[in-house]
Amino acid sequence: MAEENNYLLEMRGITKIFPGVKANDNIDLLVKKGEIHALVGENGAGKTTLMKILYGLYDSDQGEIYFAGNKIRMTDPQQAINLGIGMVHQHFKLIDTLTVTENIILGSEPRQGVAINYREARRQVEEISNKYNLKVDPDAKIQDISVGMQQRVEIIKILYRGADLLIFDEPTAVLTPQEIDELFEIFNSLQEQGKTIIFITHKLREVKAISDRITVLRDGKSVDSVNTEEVTEKDVAELMVGREVLFRVDKGEAKPGESVFQVENLQVKDNRGIMTVNGISFEISKGEIFGIAGVEGNGQTELVEALTGLRQIAGGRVYYKGEDITELSAREIKDRHIGHIPEDRLRRGLVTQFSLSENFILGFHHQEPYSKNIFMNYKAIDQHAQSLIQDFDVRTSSHQILASKLSGGNQQKLIIAREFRQDPELLIAAQPTRGVDVGSIEFIHSQLIKKRDEGTAILLVSAELSEVMSLSDRLGVIYEGEIVKTFAADEADEREIGRLMTGSGKEVKTGE
Amino acid sequence: MRTKVISLIVVFSFLVVGALAGFAQPVEADTFRVGIVYSEGGLGDLSFNDLAQAGLMRAVDELGIEYGAIEPDSPADFNPALRRFAERGFDMVIAVGFLQAEEVIEIAPEYPNVQFAHIDQAHEDLDNVTGLIFAEHEGSFLVGALAALVSETGTVGFVGGIDSPLINRFEGGFVQGARYIDEDIQIESAYADSFNDPSRGREIALSHMDNGADVIYHAAGATGTGVFEAVEEEDQLAIGVDTNQNHLYPGHIIASMLKVVDVAVFTAIEDAMAGELPLGENVVYGLADGGTGITSLTDVDEEQLAYEEGLIDEDELEKIRELKDRVTAPHAERIEEIKQMIIDGEIEIDDWSETGRQL
Amino acid sequence: MINILIELGFALFSIVIALLVGIAFILLAGESPLDAYHALYIGSIGSWREFLNTLWRATPLIFTGFALALPFKAGLFNIGGEGQLLVGGFAAGFVGFYFTGIPGGLHVALAIIAAIAAGALWGLIPGILKAYKGAHEVITTIMLNYIAIQLTIRYGIERYRIGGRQALPTIQDSAKLLRFNDLAELPVVGSLPFIEAFALPGLRLHFNFILALLAALFLWYLLWKTTTGYELRAVGFNASAAEYGGISSKKTIILSMVIAGALAGLAGAGEALGTHHTFMSGMDAGLGFTGIAVALLGRNHPFGIVAAGILFGALSQGGLEMQFVGIPSEIVTIIQALVIFFVAGLQMLKWFLLKQREKGEAE
Repeated sequence: MAEENNYLLEMRGITKIFPGVKANDNIDLLVKKGEIHALVGENGAGKTTLMKILYGLYDSDQGEIYFAGNKIRMTDPQQAINLGIGMVHQHFKLIDTLTVTENIILGSEPRQGVAINYREARRQVEEISNKYNLKVDPDAKIQDISVGMQQRVEIIKILYRGADLLIFDEPTAVLTPQEIDELFEIFNSLQEQGKTIIFITHKLREVKAISDRITVLRDGKSVDSVNTEEVTEKDVAELMVGREVLFRVDKGEAKPGESVFQVENLQVKDNRGIMTVNGISFEISKGEIFGIAGVEGNGQTELVEALTGLRQIAGGRVYYKGEDITELSAREIKDRHIGHIPEDRLRRGLVTQFSLSENFILGFHHQEPYSKNIFMNYKAIDQHAQSLIQDFDVRTSSHQILASKLSGGNQQKLIIAREFRQDPELLIAAQPTRGVDVGSIEFIHSQLIKKRDEGTAILLVSAELSEVMSLSDRLGVIYEGEIVKTFAADEADEREIGRLMTGSGKEVKTGE
Repeated sequence: MRTKVISLIVVFSFLVVGALAGFAQPVEADTFRVGIVYSEGGLGDLSFNDLAQAGLMRAVDELGIEYGAIEPDSPADFNPALRRFAERGFDMVIAVGFLQAEEVIEIAPEYPNVQFAHIDQAHEDLDNVTGLIFAEHEGSFLVGALAALVSETGTVGFVGGIDSPLINRFEGGFVQGARYIDEDIQIESAYADSFNDPSRGREIALSHMDNGADVIYHAAGATGTGVFEAVEEEDQLAIGVDTNQNHLYPGHIIASMLKVVDVAVFTAIEDAMAGELPLGENVVYGLADGGTGITSLTDVDEEQLAYEEGLIDEDELEKIRELKDRVTAPHAERIEEIKQMIIDGEIEIDDWSETGRQL
Repeated sequence: MINILIELGFALFSIVIALLVGIAFILLAGESPLDAYHALYIGSIGSWREFLNTLWRATPLIFTGFALALPFKAGLFNIGGEGQLLVGGFAAGFVGFYFTGIPGGLHVALAIIAAIAAGALWGLIPGILKAYKGAHEVITTIMLNYIAIQLTIRYGIERYRIGGRQALPTIQDSAKLLRFNDLAELPVVGSLPFIEAFALPGLRLHFNFILALLAALFLWYLLWKTTTGYELRAVGFNASAAEYGGISSKKTIILSMVIAGALAGLAGAGEALGTHHTFMSGMDAGLGFTGIAVALLGRNHPFGIVAAGILFGALSQGGLEMQFVGIPSEIVTIIQALVIFFVAGLQMLKWFLLKQREKGEAE
């Protein structure tokens, strides 16, 4: 490898053992000063544990850490911060009701006597903001700004505390494609100013786009460290998974049958009472995947909730196998074998404080054999869980642990297993691979195709354009609550769709 | 692991404490032992319960008795509290307040060798119980008459604790006394539903004064302190109850209706020790024997005691003296006359606990 | 199992700390801590009878603890235990005295059913308001507490009472809940060998305690073995996910409040039919509110609540004995409050310790 002394951070032989699991097994991570270093691996590979050790949240059982040439031993995050290590967590740690500036200075406020020198604080925030091209409104409240903005606030927060090494834990998981581009610009300007970045992710495209070097973890071990330009996405994926990965979804020709699902001029309001779905119409046939592509926040959430009975429909009709299901409740819709993979598995899809067994029957708990009259049959429920865990490769030690203990990918598999096992004739899948690792994405995609081939009608809503494009047989682009254009899969053009998604295609539609 | 160790330590220390505690044993004694169970609301009411305690303490000092006392938190405490004294060999058990009637009726027959005295409750057919009751309507008649004489607005007020026959008796005496002076007098009367809710007492008193009342009498235990507060706020006059409350809000309490619970308790203990307690009967304390009455309208001898105990300062004592001189002394003779007429039977007062309220 | 031990250890630990701190107060009052705690022990669990009386004290607290815990599982904070207890007690007391000539068992049953119905109604109202109008249950249940006081004590008792007591007339013998010390006089049961153990004068324990134990079993079964419990817990943990699973949170909210009300109503029934043999003013004695602490200490688990209820029962029963040996009632109250304070406070410590331990565990 390169000359020893170039490294800002050296983590050598890091081992962390949790009861029953070796989360980190003799991991080496070497990060050069001024580079963007991607740390990749499947969920559960040990990325987060490693970073928590670095950040002082965990104590390692073995191994040594050198920072800027000095041996250090982290005991708490404050020490990390003092050394110049900052972390942007996946879930932001901001206070919604305070302003941007207040959040940034919280805990290390500039003072004038006993009072906070707000003016000075604001000046410092603006200075950092200008220096690194991190545009924020210092006086806006957190609750009023977008997720992308909030992330910038987090970045400024750690820069304000003098961080030289910035750790980002899956920073793109919550961002729209535009925001991701902007984040990468920020990465570049941080790099120009001499900062070092560790970037945890499992999105290989991003790794390829932004990083200088890559360290791959698998099953708690460091598999390899490589220079980004010397490898392809496929190489990295194989290092992560340990076997060959099929990047292109292997799907045959669709054989659509009769139309089973019709949506006519659907109108739905959001929680604030604003019409966010504005007259959407489409239909889906048996054995067909209809994809909806679009930037998040254009009515997808409300559309899916309305179709699954979770949100009241303001106008229009929905028909399923000839029956008007517009007014039906969520349970009535579920009972008609309409599966639903919700976009937010933690908010909608799972009761995380329930065991896996209990989650496997959510929505079906009132059906035999899981219960009879009101009496639950836990034997049948556990058997059901065990068979699903096996069939869908949910990695867990037991069906009795809480769902919150599973990794994101395995949580998603749980939901998919649950919905698929009920033999849905219509499946509504929203962001089915969000926050899921490469191996699981491949699995979920192949399962969706399999269902399609068995004759299920599938509505796929995803913010990942590549996902919609590779899976759908037909696809529509949603913008501001309307489907602005529909394509057959082979006519779809990524550039045009990208344009339509961001609204510049609106004139095209009216011009047609 | 740490938590397991902690739980072990805890369980162990429990055992040790339990074992050590076993050494302390209650002492048996030959002295006369009296147990008292106070009424709900407990000590510190500045009237009823405190008076009972004063009588008990006097007995401790003068008669050398031993005593135990329990202040119940809830009606569920009455039964185990009374029984505790009876079954632990106390010679005498005093129940304070009519709320304990059912419990005395249940428990007394089980302990025929224990002498029970029950304040404010008459009992029939219980061989080892003496009811100590008071003709509160007689004393209340006097303060009612005084209120009517003092009132400038022609409206007087009454605040009761719980709407019950006992308190109706106070109310009845007061109303009849006021009407005896002025047939057309306006009387504002209301109950607080509690003997222990000063804020409610204050509210009621304020509303009485809104309706024109300028003298307010209370029979509401600790609720009454709220009445005094309100009267002081509005600079009007009040009449205390049970004990001499004149010094509580100097310059605002013109007199107090006396109910000598302390004397009754002391006398009952004295009699019980001598085996002279009239068991199976009720003792009625009235105006004639000084069991009920009214504080002096002219001199401040009693308030002087409060001053000597440091409860009030010189200025406050002076305020009370000034109030008596100005407001009550002119009527002292008239009230004395009425008192004599009641004792002589020339005035007959209805007991509202028997006749019901006649507003 | 380990968890139960840890919970138990912490509960006991809190009590020990509270008693240690209590020593300071006892010394301040010039009394002997050893005597005081000996009295607490003697008065609560020091003898078979006092132990049974502790159970008697615990009974209404167990029920009001349940009344908090069940809605809590569904994410609701039912402060209305007090009012639900009052209306339940009033209904039981009313049926108990008003109707005559009904055979014994039937009369008790009717009175209990009346209490359940009244309590359930008192839970139904805030349940409906919450489910359909979004009215916060804390506010509505507090309001209903006041309404219950006015309705039962001010109007109910005033309307029917005889004589001085602020109470309904005493209930008919046929409506009295069986007391344990009457067991020996029953046919068949009375001839059982151990039954004399209950034939103690001054034993106040009555059969509502058995109902409380049955209610604990019922709740446990309901929460963890039925679809109703599944739905209730799902709504409590994650209402959005429950909704996704086709669970009607409205229905669940209302149901949990109705059952809670019914359970608090049973507390009232026990007090009216078993303890006082009438419905009387002051009978509630803050039982509804103490139930909140009981549920907290019992970790909202039916069996935990039974244990916590017994602890609180022991404190009030033992408190009498402390007063008996001369500890001022204020000190007794302080010690009772200290126990509650430390139990709640040490939950925080435990939370912190678990957090520390999690540092050494996988996500």
